Amino acid sequence: MRANDVVLVSQGLTKAYDGFVAVDQLDVTVRRGEVFGLLGPNGAGKTTTILMLLGLTEPTSGSVCVLGLDPARQPLSVKAQVGYLPERLGFYEGLTAYENLIYTAKLNGLNRDGAEHRIDRALREMGLDGAAHQRVRTFSRGMRQRLGLADVLLKEPRLVIMDEPTQGLDPHAAREFLDVIRRLRSEGITILLASHHLHQVQAVCDRVGLFHRGRMVLEGTVEALARQVLGGAYRIRIRADGPTASPAQEPWETSRNGGNALIDSLRKLDGVVDVRRVAPQIYELEAKADLRPEAARAVVGAGGELLSLDIEAPGLDEIYTHYFDQEEVAHDEHHRAS
Amino acid sequence: MTNTTVQVEPARGRQGSPWTGLWAVVGKEMADHLTSSRMLILELLTLLTASGTVFAAAQNLRETIGRDRFLLLRLFTTAREPLPAFVGFLGFLVPLIAIALAFDAVNGEFNRRTMSRLLAQPIYRDALLLGKFLAGLFTLALVLTTIWLLIVGIGIVSLGVPPSGEEVARGLFFLLLTVAYGGIWLSLGMVASVLFRQPATAALASIAVWLFFMVFWGIIAQMAALALRPVRLGLAEEILAQAKLELLLGRFSPNTLYSEAILAVLKPSIRSLGPVLPIQLQGAVFGSPLPLDQSLALIWPHLTGLSAATILLFALGYVLFQRKEIRA
Repeated sequence: MRANDVVLVSQGLTKAYDGFVAVDQLDVTVRRGEVFGLLGPNGAGKTTTILMLLGLTEPTSGSVCVLGLDPARQPLSVKAQVGYLPERLGFYEGLTAYENLIYTAKLNGLNRDGAEHRIDRALREMGLDGAAHQRVRTFSRGMRQRLGLADVLLKEPRLVIMDEPTQGLDPHAAREFLDVIRRLRSEGITILLASHHLHQVQAVCDRVGLFHRGRMVLEGTVEALARQVLGGAYRIRIRADGPTASPAQEPWETSRNGGNALIDSLRKLDGVVDVRRVAPQIYELEAKADLRPEAARAVVGAGGELLSLDIEAPGLDEIYTHYFDQEEVAHDEHHRAS
Repeated sequence: MTNTTVQVEPARGRQGSPWTGLWAVVGKEMADHLTSSRMLILELLTLLTASGTVFAAAQNLRETIGRDRFLLLRLFTTAREPLPAFVGFLGFLVPLIAIALAFDAVNGEFNRRTMSRLLAQPIYRDALLLGKFLAGLFTLALVLTTIWLLIVGIGIVSLGVPPSGEEVARGLFFLLLTVAYGGIWLSLGMVASVLFRQPATAALASIAVWLFFMVFWGIIAQMAALALRPVRLGLAEEILAQAKLELLLGRFSPNTLYSEAILAVLKPSIRSLGPVLPIQLQGAVFGSPLPLDQSLALIWPHLTGLSAATILLFALGYVLFQRKEIRA
């Protein structure tokens, strides 16, 4: 890994507000061209981290380096190259979209001609060119969010930091916004994304860091985290009818006993961790590898009828819940012990 | 970067000028002020006051044409019942305009949620705060200059006397003093806008401070002088000491400073702003005006005091704003 490829690195980054530690010993590295997701519940320290990265808040201890610069000492150079889309995004309501962007352009030291050119392009890219001369007061939430991104793109940033970008958007607008993020990534812009909407952002993030109480507890690709937390789990969903019942059995016993036979034969497969029946006809198989062919054979071999077979990719929601369930248990046990 | 290692420059204070982006802020804020309906109301109010008082004064002054060297200046200071003189009105109109320009300067950005987006641009907070202050001061100066020109114009037309060079110079100093006086209330409004989250609270707090100095400070100064320098034996020294203390305390109020200073500038016959002993008047020709430079010498401490108060208040606002957390 060449140092040039590192866009952002923090070491032991800590922020404490009289006794309360908002960010605790954060080590994070973001490489050029990737989308990094800073994920965690509200109040986990995501926004504080972002403010430190931009030099808007001084760290209590530790160091940050953004594009080779120290945000606390060289904030102007950092802020000239880093775009920030805040969570609570606001504009001057009485001004038009265009006038709002003119102000940003002037603050970035652009002259009139350069500014107009860039503003036109940014608005076009965000699909707002039709609304350029409307007052922001008339904008919908989704339009505001896109205007915020136009405002960020104006300075042609190398790194874009977004705080809860899909917050408050309807599903359609959120999906559109995620598409925009993918487009920016393909243009080579590095993106740092903070969010608590795990399932929404997992689709666009190359790597994620899970935040909990000011600490980054997990970091890596979604698949790596799934292996780490869920024990390398593949979850296979099987819909099958049990084997035909023997005449001596009552019909209501049939499915149960037939099901039991299925479960038994599935359990015997190599690499299976657990088999559960979650509904009549539906079985869930947790395994360490993709056992779909073996499972299919086992169902048929036990005399069952295979109706469908799916593999579920583990989601971040699941990883997160699973991890923190374990954490809570460990936490409680620790408390009981002491 | 030419080398491939990630190097953080050693900490050497902040890089770049703190005034980067200052004029962008000034331009934006002035445009906001000049187009706002709030400003329109205040301008109309000032215009009404100016034309009303000056019209009344001009009617009074017509009788004295030819007997007064400083006829035009009298336009500002002549009162005709029931209206006070124009300068009397300015004493409370200027604070009102200045506070109206500043009370939502900082908290307004927070409430509109534009603050974090604004500070994410390559500027320091210094530029934002000073830009807002300067925009307010320029707007105030613009409004006052317009009205000043208007009054002089009305005066020349209605009295038919062209102003002398000294009258114009004195008039300009009056304008300068008025802007400096406005500066104090502008900084006060900005301090309040940093301190209070709600613009209404900030406006109310600023107006409370203004009312305190306008209405109560004189009484407090008087009571303090009575208590600290009591007249026990009725000696002249005692009475003088009490009067001097009252004057000194009274001058802590910007209103007192301002009204004393503009009187000295606009009424050249005023020779002193403190108590005068008969012995000091020996050799003086009564009623003869002071030359301009002597009047200026008289008010110089006042002008300095007004500017110093503005700078102190601005510095306070600056410190408070620098310490403010952006998220809140």
